[in-house]
Amino acid sequence: MEDKSTIINVKNLTMAYGDFKLQEKLTFNVREGSIFAIMGESGCGKSTLLRILTGLKRPSCGTVLYSSTNFWESSEKERFQRMQRCGVLYQSGALWSSMTIGENISLPLQQFTTLRPNIIQEIVEIKLALVGLKGFADYLPSAISGGMRKRAGLARAIALDPDILFFDEPSAGLDPISSRMLDDLILELRDSLGATIVIVTHELASIFAIADDSIFLDTETRTMLATGNPKVLAKESNSTKVRNFLSRTSSVAKDDNKEKVGI
Amino acid sequence: MNKECALQISHEDDKLCLTFLGFWTIQGNQCNTLEAIKTIPPQTKGIYFDTEGIKDWDSRLLVELSRITKIADTHSVKVDLTGLPSGVQELIKLSQKKTGLPPPKEDSDLGVLAEIGKHSLQAFDQAIGMLSFTGEIFLAYFRLFSGKARFKKKDLVSFFYSCGPQALPIVSLISFLVGFTLAFIGAVQLKMFGADIFVANLVGLAMTREMGPMMAAVIMAGRTGAAFAAQLGTMQVNEEIDALQTMGFNPLDFLVIPRMTALIIMMPFLAICADFIGILGGFFIGRLSLDISPIMYYEQTIKSVHLNHFLVGVTKAILFGYIVAFCGCIKGMQCKRSAGAVGQATTSAVVTSIVLIVFTDAAFTFFFNLIGV
Repeated sequence: MEDKSTIINVKNLTMAYGDFKLQEKLTFNVREGSIFAIMGESGCGKSTLLRILTGLKRPSCGTVLYSSTNFWESSEKERFQRMQRCGVLYQSGALWSSMTIGENISLPLQQFTTLRPNIIQEIVEIKLALVGLKGFADYLPSAISGGMRKRAGLARAIALDPDILFFDEPSAGLDPISSRMLDDLILELRDSLGATIVIVTHELASIFAIADDSIFLDTETRTMLATGNPKVLAKESNSTKVRNFLSRTSSVAKDDNKEKVGI
Repeated sequence: MNKECALQISHEDDKLCLTFLGFWTIQGNQCNTLEAIKTIPPQTKGIYFDTEGIKDWDSRLLVELSRITKIADTHSVKVDLTGLPSGVQELIKLSQKKTGLPPPKEDSDLGVLAEIGKHSLQAFDQAIGMLSFTGEIFLAYFRLFSGKARFKKKDLVSFFYSCGPQALPIVSLISFLVGFTLAFIGAVQLKMFGADIFVANLVGLAMTREMGPMMAAVIMAGRTGAAFAAQLGTMQVNEEIDALQTMGFNPLDFLVIPRMTALIIMMPFLAICADFIGILGGFFIGRLSLDISPIMYYEQTIKSVHLNHFLVGVTKAILFGYIVAFCGCIKGMQCKRSAGAVGQATTSAVVTSIVLIVFTDAAFTFFFNLIGV
């Protein structure tokens, strides 16, 4: 159901590569200011859905509405303007390797605003401080660690103060502590910036820690099996597959407890 | 829509109250707060904010607040953040969180002498690297001949194909045009002395001894050497070479030997083809521009070009093949792990190959002249 607070509305979406239908009949809403998780097994089309939402791939059929505007029906200029108000954090950070971290963040500000260079410089410093990378502006992406590259990618994603942030598997390749810290950072940024966050992940810890809503894509039936709050889905979903997927952590936790009490 | 912003300043006893109004966003109009609050009255003990009149804010407001805080710090004035929107307060808290300091950076402004020294050391390291790579290749060939080297035979065949038949059309085209150009320049000069027929000598000798192998080598440096560097560099970036090593393969045996062997063997054939096609280019000019009969041109070429001239060219071609493959492989294997590094490796492979080819050719010409070949 679409209501006033819906910022992204997807209706009957079909994603395909040639004749091969990856997913079909996807219908869901993303509420403004919420954290929405796209879940599913590897190869189910999570990243392709993200590519469609971020304007990189046209859907085979169906509609994507951003604040009631049909994204793929609008002109290229309108799509471009919409995308300027979205930030994307790619799996590897996708920083431009020939530029320093500071230049990576300042480039969109230089291109799409009329701000003076000294203000842009200050914004870069603030963004880096927000992601915990104060003082790293002059470093090249190759000189920092993978976790730092992700945080720098996040600083670039929030450079233009977007109202929607997309994350493609932000915890992939990170240790549990860095992964947890990134989750906390996402929550803090959502609360302070008020941005809507769409996150592609199969990290259950992240899903339960931060997601308000979610969608589960299935590889076998090639459609969505469930949509809703992941904690509720873990207990009450009609689909056994969704419950099994979401209860993996609980079973591990139960085993842990058994060991502790010596069972 | 006009997104105006304004800052009102009011004093209440020892307090300075800053009232933000309108749109404080990066896409809004510029509003210079710095000028407005540069002069904090000396009796001021605290700064307060009123943000109820703000219609929209983003990083732009944070920048202004950061500036105001800096000025307040220099005047030792306390800043009270409670009047700010809760999101701004949280962002300020987040940006003030203690994080690790960045590691010290290398001093980029070294001075002329230090720069010269640094580059000399780099050149020395590069020379050592090239020597050690030569040694490793020697050992790899030793393993190959003793039957211990592991590589895919299919790879070798595909490299033979890409270094030979696939390169032949472009080598032929360039050689034909080189022969054509040489003959044309020669024809203009020789015609003045009535020595038109010697165009055949000029083209024949130039192609077999110099231009055939050299042009083939330059084309292969740009075509195949660059491809080797890019392939191996990308494998380095994707950690494919690490994977080979950890599984017990020697990357030199598996990756370098097939490429090098294919190019060293195919290069003389390419050079011989280039010789013949270049001579054919010269023949066209002889026939069309100087009106030399085909039989005369053929006989003059046979008289002037001997087997040893071909052998000089073939010897050079073998060495050029080694140089091109060597530069392509070493630059690829030493490539760092970034997209930019692959580009640098490729450029460096081509430039180093061409420089070494020209140097080697000059040295060979001098040497063969000395021994009278």
